Amino acid sequence: MKASAGGYARAESVGHALELLAAAEGQGRVLAGGQSLIAAMNMRLSVGDLLVDISKISDLSGVAVGDGALRIGALTRHAQVGSDPLVNVHTPLLRDAVSHIAHAAIRNRGTIGGALAHADPAAEFPACALALGAILHVDGANGARSVAAEDFFEDVFTTALNEGELLTSITVPVAENGEVQVLEEVARRSGDYALVGLCLVKRSAGHRIALFSVGPKPILAKGAMAALDAGDLDAAVESLSAEIDPPSDTQASAAYRRHLAGVLLRRAVARLKGDVA
Amino acid sequence: MTIPFNNPDRPNSYIGKTVPRPNAAKLVQGRGRYVDDIVLPRMLHVAFSRSPVAHAKIGTFDLEEAKAVKGVVRIFTGADLAEVCTPWVAVLAHLKGLKSPPEHPLAVDRACWVGEPVVAVVATSRAAAEEAASLVVVDYEELPAVTDTMTALDADTPVIHPELGDNLAFRRLHEEGDVDAAFKSAHKVVSARFRTARHTGVTLEPRSILVDWNPAEGQMTAYHATQAPHMMQTVFAKHLDIPESRVRVVCGDVGGSYGIKVHVYPDEVATAAIAKVMGRPIKFIADRLESFSTDIHARDHEIEAKIAVDEDGKILAIDVDDWTGIGPYSVYPRTSAIEGNQVVNLCGGPYDFANYRAQTTVVFQNKTPTCQYRAVGHPIAVAITEGLVDMAAAAIGMDPVEIRRRNMYADDAYPVTSPAKMRFEGLSHHASMDKLIEMMDYDALRADQAEARKHGKYRGIGIASFIELTNPSPFMYGIGGARISAQDGCTVRMDPDGSVVALSGVTEQGQGTEAMLSQVVAEGVGVKPSKVRVITGDTQVTPYGGGTWASRGAGIGGEAALQAARALRDSILGVAAAMLQTDANKLDIRDGQVVDADTGEERMPLEELGRIVYFRGDTLPKDLPRELVQTRHFITMEYPFAFTNGVQASYLEVDPDTGVVTLLKHWCVEDCGRVINPQLVDEQIRGGIVQGLGGALYEEIHYDEDGQLLNGSMADYLVPMAAEMPDMQIAHVETPTKESELGAKGAGEAGTAGAPAAVMNAINDALRPLGAQVTEMPFTPERILRALGKIND
Ligand SMILES: Cc1cc2nc3c(=O)[nH]c(=O)nc-3n(C[C@H](O)[C@H](O)[C@H](O)COP(=O)(O)OP(=O)(O)OC[C@H]3O[C@@H](n4cnc5c(N)ncnc54)[C@H](O)[C@@H]3O)c2cc1C
Repeated sequence: MKASAGGYARAESVGHALELLAAAEGQGRVLAGGQSLIAAMNMRLSVGDLLVDISKISDLSGVAVGDGALRIGALTRHAQVGSDPLVNVHTPLLRDAVSHIAHAAIRNRGTIGGALAHADPAAEFPACALALGAILHVDGANGARSVAAEDFFEDVFTTALNEGELLTSITVPVAENGEVQVLEEVARRSGDYALVGLCLVKRSAGHRIALFSVGPKPILAKGAMAALDAGDLDAAVESLSAEIDPPSDTQASAAYRRHLAGVLLRRAVARLKGDVA
Repeated sequence: MTIPFNNPDRPNSYIGKTVPRPNAAKLVQGRGRYVDDIVLPRMLHVAFSRSPVAHAKIGTFDLEEAKAVKGVVRIFTGADLAEVCTPWVAVLAHLKGLKSPPEHPLAVDRACWVGEPVVAVVATSRAAAEEAASLVVVDYEELPAVTDTMTALDADTPVIHPELGDNLAFRRLHEEGDVDAAFKSAHKVVSARFRTARHTGVTLEPRSILVDWNPAEGQMTAYHATQAPHMMQTVFAKHLDIPESRVRVVCGDVGGSYGIKVHVYPDEVATAAIAKVMGRPIKFIADRLESFSTDIHARDHEIEAKIAVDEDGKILAIDVDDWTGIGPYSVYPRTSAIEGNQVVNLCGGPYDFANYRAQTTVVFQNKTPTCQYRAVGHPIAVAITEGLVDMAAAAIGMDPVEIRRRNMYADDAYPVTSPAKMRFEGLSHHASMDKLIEMMDYDALRADQAEARKHGKYRGIGIASFIELTNPSPFMYGIGGARISAQDGCTVRMDPDGSVVALSGVTEQGQGTEAMLSQVVAEGVGVKPSKVRVITGDTQVTPYGGGTWASRGAGIGGEAALQAARALRDSILGVAAAMLQTDANKLDIRDGQVVDADTGEERMPLEELGRIVYFRGDTLPKDLPRELVQTRHFITMEYPFAFTNGVQASYLEVDPDTGVVTLLKHWCVEDCGRVINPQLVDEQIRGGIVQGLGGALYEEIHYDEDGQLLNGSMADYLVPMAAEMPDMQIAHVETPTKESELGAKGAGEAGTAGAPAAVMNAINDALRPLGAQVTEMPFTPERILRALGKIND
C-alpha cells in the first residue's frame, strides 16, 4: 500500500525537534530508524502523521561510560550497540540481544531509542532494560525527566512518554564484578520476533528475570526472581508460569508460550552455572 | 541426424553443460522490464475495494466520498463490468461432475471471500486509487460463512451457491484390485491422518497487468506477468468480445510465478474490461498485502489413509480418503479439481502394488480460491505415501530404505502402468536410491544419529521417493475443452550477421527458460549460445504455445527449439553446399563457421553466407531454397505425461523441550531425463526443495471460523529464509524420454514434491524413541511438543 504522511520535517537539534513536535499539535510523530514506523505507514496502520525526523541529531547517538553507568544515546543503531566495546564489557546482555533482533539491514538502521519508544511486547531491548534496571531519559516542552524502566512500559506500544516528548538516552548500571547476563529466546526463524524471550541477570543483590512476548508488555518476574534467590529452580519455573499471561496467535498458543518460558528459564540458569546447553 | 549426447567432446556440445544465463546481467543490473516498469501515455491506475467479510449479500454503494478524492477518474461496480464482460465457469469436461458457479470480474450481488474485488477505483495514481478505495462504502449484509472442509457437506452447513444444490465441487473415486480383501488378510495395517496446510506462492514480483485498448485498431494489448500468454489471449478475447486475433498479450520479465501466474484473476480481467470501457491504458499491480488474500492458495488437504503390508514389507494395498476446500469458485480455466485429482493419480507412485483405492472430495468454502501451485498435488501425495511407508517399516521393524527397495518398480520393469493407471515410460527408482544412499553415506549417518542420541540429542533421517508429472499432453486440459495448448512451437532464424534469433512459445519467469533455449538452439544450429537471441512471451510474435507450467518448458519447448534449430542448420547447409559446390552432408556448422564435417576445416563463416543470401541472392542458383527461417512444433504423442522420479533425504535435529526443528542437511537424487543445463536444473531442485521445506516447517495460511484471514503479511506468513535452509546436495540419474530427440523431462517441481515428506519422516524418525509422531504440516514447534504431550492447556 502507499503510505500517507501528513508532512515531514528534519530536526537539527533536540530543541528543534521539541519545537517541531509542539507545533504539530498532537499530530507529530518522531521518525528515528523508521524500521517500525515506516512499515506501519506502508500498511496504513499509521496515517497522516507529521513526521519529525531526528535521525540527523548527532548528540543523540553514541555510548559513554561515567558514574557507574553506561549511557546509550537514543539514536544509537542496533548494529552499533552490538559491536560497541563499552557495551560489550559493561552490558553484554544488550550485545547479545542485538544478534536476535531482525536482520542486518534492519539492525543498521533501527535505533535503541526507537525500539524502546515503540514498546513492542515481543522486542528484546525493552525486556533487557527491565532486567538491567535501566533508566530512560526523556526531554520535552516541560523539561527533562528520567523514568525507571519498570515505570516506562505500560501496554502494547504504549509507554510513559507524553505527547511531544522525546526519548534522548538510556542509562544502564555497569555490570559488577561477577555479574552474569544471559538472554534466551525461541523464534520461528532467525530475525523473527521471539515466541518467548527471557533475560536473566545475576547480581550480588540477587537475580533479575525479565520476559518478552509473554503479554502486553515486557515483565519482571518477581516471584521467579525470589525463588531463584532462594535457590529453588522448580519453584521459580512454577512461579513464572503464574506470573505471565501470554497471548495466543497464529504462531503459538498461550500454553506453548507458558511451557517455553519455563524451558528458557532452566536453560538460562544452566548457562549461569556454565553448563552451556 | 541425431546428436550423440553421451559424447562430451562432440562439436557445439552445449546441451548438458552449464552456460551463462543470457538474461542474468540484465536482471542483476536492474535493467529488466517488468510490467510495473512500463508507463504508457494517458495511463491510469486501478485499485480495488475488496470484501472485508467472507460471505455477504452486497447492498447499496456509497461512492461519493471516494469520487471526491483528488485524482479519481471513474469508479466501477460489479454491475457496471457485467455489462461488458461475460462471467466464466471453471469446469472441464473430463473432470466428471465438477461444478462451479459463474464468476464475474467484480462481485455481483454477493461477495464470497475476504479479498474478493467488489469495487474498482480508477485514478491518476495508485496512491489516489487506494485512498479512494478505502473510502468506498458498501452495505454488506453478512451471510453465514462455510470455512471447515470436513463439515462442508453436512446437512446443517449452509450451501454457498444454492443453485448448485450442495457444497460439493468435485468427487472422484478410483479403485483398483480388491482393496478390502487385501486389508483384511494383511500381516500389518497402519493408518494415519495427514494434513497439509493452506499455502500461497509469494512471488517476488506481485501479480501485474497493464492493458491498453486501442479502439482505432480494435486491438487490445495486455502487458501481463503471466506464465501462459496464449491462454490469456483466448480468455480476454472470449469474455470481452474481441476477436482472438485482436488481443495481444506481451509478457516481458516476470519475477517468479510458481503457478500463481497461470490463472485467471477477477481483478486482472476487471483491469482489461476497464481499459476497454475507458479507452485508456489501465495498470494494476497487486501489493503484497492484497496478494495474500487474492493470489491463489493451495494444498489445504485433510487425509485419512492406510497401508497394508505383508511380513516381508511388500505393500499389499493403499487406501486414501482425501478432502480439500477450494474456496467459493473453481479457478478458471484450469479448475480447482486438478490438485485433488493429482492426489488420486500420484499416491503410491513409486511402488509396484496391486490394490489401490483413493477418493478425493473437493468442497466449496468462503476462503480465497485455491488452484495449481508448484508441484500440484505432489507434496500431498508424497507425504501420504512416504509417511505410510515409513510407518509400515517401523511397525514391522524394517529399515526405511529396505522397505522401499522391496517395493519400488524395478528399473527394468518399464513401461508399466500403476494401480492409479498412470503410465510410466522409464524411471530409475533403484538407481536413484543407490546413488542417494551413497551420497549421504546412510550408514555413517545412522551411526551419527545413534551417537547423538547418547548425548540426549534427537536426530532423524527421513527418506522420500517420489514421481513427478511433467510434459503434459492434451490429456491434462485440452481433452476437457480448455484452450490451453499442450504443443509448443519455436521459430529459429539466421540474420545476415550470422546470429540466430529464436522465438518460442514457452515463457521465462526467472527459472532460466531462455538460457535453456539458447543452448539448445546453439547446439542445434552450430553457433555459440551468445550468438542466439531468445524472444518469448508475445502472442503476436512467437509461435503458438502453452507457456511454462507443469514442468513443460524444457521438455516441450526445448524439443521444438531443437527441431527448429536442426531444420535451420539443414537449410543453411543447403545454401552452403551450393556456394561451396559440395554435398550438404559433407559439411557441418561449428562455432558459427561452415566447416568440412570430416576434418573440421573452416570453409565459410555464417556472416558470409548471410551476406550472400540477404544482399547478393542474385548470385545463388535461381531455384535454390534459402529459407533461413524455420519453425517446428512439438507435442508428446505416446504418453499422457512424462513422469520423472527421484528420492530425497533429510537429516535434522528436534529439540524435545522447545519443539524446534533444525535442518542439518538435505539430499536429492532426481531423474529428469536429459539434463540440458546442470546448474539450472540443480538450482530448480534447490529452489523447489526450499519451497517444500517451507511447507514442512513454516507456511500456513490461517483463517478464523468466520473466514477472516489472520496472517496476510510477510510478518506472520512465514516463508522459508536463507538462515534456516540446510546445505543441499543434488545428483542426477538420466533416463531420457524416447518421445523426443532431446529426451528432456521436467525438473521444476521435483524439489517441492519430495521435501515435505522427507522432513516429516525425519522428524518422526527423531521422535520415535519418544513415542511421538506428527502428520500435520507445518511441523511447528508447538505441534511437535503437543505430539510429545508436553503442553498442558
Ligand atoms: C522485518 C523486521 C523484523 C524485526 N524484528 C525485530 C526483532 O526481532 N526484535 C526487535 O526488537 N525489533 C525488531 N524489529 C523492529 C526494529 O528493531 C525497529 O528498528 C525498532 O522497533 C524501532 O526502531 P526505529 O529506530 O526503527 O524506530 P522508528 O520506526 O523510527 O520509530 C518507532 C516508533 O518509536 C517512536 N520513536 C522512535 N524514536 C523515538 C525517540 N527517540 N523518542 C520518542 N519516540 C521515538 C516513533 O515515533 C515510532 O512511533 C523488526 C523490524 C522489521 C522491519
